[in-house]
Amino acid sequence: MALEKITQVAGTAIYVPGDDIDTDRIIPARFMKCVTFDGLGEFAFIDVRVDPTTGRKTEHPLNDPRFAGASILLSGSNFGCGSSREHAPQALYRYGFRAILAESFAEIFFGNSTTLGIPCMVLSPEDLRAIAGLIEANPKAEVIVDVTESKVTVADMDFAGKLPPHAHEALVNGKWDAIADLLEGIPAVEKTAAELPYMQRA
Amino acid sequence: MKETLLDKVWRAHSVRELANGQTQLLIGTHLIHEVTSPQAFGMLRDLGLKVLKPHRTFATVDHIVPTDEREEPFSDSLADEMIKALRQNCAESGVTFFDLPTGKQGIVHIVGPEQGITQPGTTIACGDSHTSTHGAFGAIAFGIGTSQVRDVLATQTMAIRKPKVRRIEVNGKLKPGVYAKDVILHIIRKLGVNGGLGYAYEYAGSTFDAFTQEERMTVCNMSIEGGARVGYVNPDQTTFDYLKGRPYSPKGAEWDAAVARWQSFASDADAVYDDVVVYNAEDIAPTVTWGINPGQAIFIDEAVPTPSELPEKDRATAIEAIEHMHLRAGDPIKGTKVDVAFLGSCTNGRLSDLQEVATYLKGRTVKPGVKAIVVPGSQGVASIAESLGLAEIFRDAGFEWRGAGCSMCLGMNPDKLVGEQLCASSSNRNFKGRQGSPTGRTVLMSPLMVAAAAVTGEIADAREVFGLR
Ligand code: SF4
Repeated sequence: MALEKITQVAGTAIYVPGDDIDTDRIIPARFMKCVTFDGLGEFAFIDVRVDPTTGRKTEHPLNDPRFAGASILLSGSNFGCGSSREHAPQALYRYGFRAILAESFAEIFFGNSTTLGIPCMVLSPEDLRAIAGLIEANPKAEVIVDVTESKVTVADMDFAGKLPPHAHEALVNGKWDAIADLLEGIPAVEKTAAELPYMQRA
Repeated sequence: MKETLLDKVWRAHSVRELANGQTQLLIGTHLIHEVTSPQAFGMLRDLGLKVLKPHRTFATVDHIVPTDEREEPFSDSLADEMIKALRQNCAESGVTFFDLPTGKQGIVHIVGPEQGITQPGTTIACGDSHTSTHGAFGAIAFGIGTSQVRDVLATQTMAIRKPKVRRIEVNGKLKPGVYAKDVILHIIRKLGVNGGLGYAYEYAGSTFDAFTQEERMTVCNMSIEGGARVGYVNPDQTTFDYLKGRPYSPKGAEWDAAVARWQSFASDADAVYDDVVVYNAEDIAPTVTWGINPGQAIFIDEAVPTPSELPEKDRATAIEAIEHMHLRAGDPIKGTKVDVAFLGSCTNGRLSDLQEVATYLKGRTVKPGVKAIVVPGSQGVASIAESLGLAEIFRDAGFEWRGAGCSMCLGMNPDKLVGEQLCASSSNRNFKGRQGSPTGRTVLMSPLMVAAAAVTGEIADAREVFGLR
C-alpha cells in the first residue's frame, strides 16, 4: 500500500483559541451514531458554531467568512483531549483540515490524526500567538507547514515546530498508516502469541 | 529485576521494532463495541482482510442502547442500525458478542472484568478511552482509535511507543464518606488533565493495597482524564480472588499456573520509575468538579475558584467554565441546585457502588423535582442487584431503575440532559455537551454524593446528609 509522502501542507489557516479543546467539542457524541465516517465534516465544532438555544450562527472563528477554506488549524494546549473517538480527526479532515498546530496534543488524538495523515505539530505558545496575529492581519496569508524540516513559514517568517520522531518518520516516508507494516509482521506475531498461554484460550 | 509491570508486559508482547521506532505490540484481548467498530470492519472489508484471532475478540453493545425501552427495533433508527451492524460483523467473523438477549450485555469496561476476560499480565485494547479501567487487574490496557481497531482486528497488534511510568502512591486510610472516586479526582486535580501525557500511571501504596478490585477499577478508569492513556495496579491476592471462578478465568490446574504467572508480572520492589508522586489518603475529602474538565475539582467544602487567583495558564478555561456552569467565583459549591442525579457509568456503575449507596439511601426519598436514575453497568450487575433487593431500595427512594448501558454518561442514547439542567453524576467527563445537551451542566462526584444530591436537591456533603462523620 503506497501512501502519499506528507512532507508539506500549504494553505490558509484559522485560529481557534482555547486550551483543553476536547473531542466532545470537536464532534459531539450524538453525531457518532453512524456506521461510516462520511458526512462527519459538517458537524465539526457544531455546538460552538451554532448557538444551541437560538439556533443562530455564533461568532466562532469557523463562521468567519475571512477564514473560509482554511486547511490548517491552530489552537492551544492539550488539543483533542477526552474520548478516543477517531470521529474527531475524521470530522476535522472531512471539514478540510490537513494539518493542526497546537501547544500540545492529547495522546490518542495525536495518534489517530497521524494515522489519517494529518500532521499535528507542536509550537510554542508565543509562536502560535504570533502566527495567529499574522493570519488575523491577513487571513489569506499562505501558511506552509514543512513536515520534513518541522517548521512553519508565514509571510517569510519561520517558526520552529516539533514532531515526535516516529510521527515525523511515518509522515515523510508515506508510512503514516501502519497497517502494511503490521501485516508484514504476522509470522512474528504468531511466534509471540505462541509463548503466551492465555492466547491459546478463548 | 528493577522492572515495572509495564516493562514486563511490554517485553512479553513485543513482536518487533518498526522502522519508525514504534513497537509492534501484540494485543492479547480485543474488546469492541458498536460505536467505534463498524467503520473498522468496513476498512477491513475494503482491504480484503479478516479478523485474525476471533477467539481473542469480544464484543458488547453499550453506548447506544436505550435503558428503558429495550425491544428492537429501537425507536432511534441510527441506533438500531448500529446494533445490527455489530451483530452481523460478529456473526460473520466468529467474534463472541455479549448481545442483549445473553444476559451478559453491559458497558464494555464492566463486562470484561465481570466475565474474567480481563486478566493480569495481558495487553488489552478497545476503541474507547476508558479502556484504562482494565489496568486495575495488572493488565496494560489502551484506548485506541478506529484505524487501530482495524489494525488489531487484522493483525492482533498495533504500532505504539512504550510510555514512561509514573508511580502514584497513596498511603493511609480514607476517611468515612471518601471513596476511590475522590482519590482519582484528587489526583487529576493535582497533576492536571494533561499531566499524564506520555505516561502510564502505576497506582500503589497502602490505600490501593486495601482497595477492592472494583475500587481499583474506578481509579484506573479515569487515568485518561489525567492525560495518561494507561493506568494500572499490580495484581495481588485481591485480584486473584476476584477472578477465581469467573466464566473466562482459567480453571483447574491451569488456574494455579496462571496465578503464578500473573504474580511474576508485578513490578519489582526495586523497579525504576520515570517519576514518583506520593499522596496521603487522610488529606482527601469528598471531591466535586466545578468546571468543564475533570481537573477542575474542589473539596465539597471549598469555594468555586476565582480565575484571577489561578495560575495564568488555567485562567481562560476557568472563566469559560464558570460561565458555562452558571456559578459565581468565590461562592461555595455546596448548595448549588441540582436537576438530575445520575448513578452509573463504567466509573461507578458496579455492584459495590450500588450497594454502598443503597445502604444509606434506604428509607430516604429523592427530593421532588429531581430526576434520579440508576443504571447498572451490566446485566450481570443488574440481576445481582435485583436479587439482593437493591433495585427496590432505589425505586422506593424515587430513583428510576434502568437497564444496563452507558446511559447518561454521554449523549448517544435517549438518556440526555435537557437545556441547562445540572446533573450530579457518578460518570467521568464533565465536558460541555457531554451529557447530550450542549448547554447541560455536569458535576462529577462519587456515587454516595450523587445520592446526597438526589435527596437534598442540591450539591451536598454526603457525610452530613447520611450522618457519616
Ligand atoms: S460509561 Fe461513559 S465513559 Fe464509560 S464507556 Fe460508556 S460512554 Fe464511555
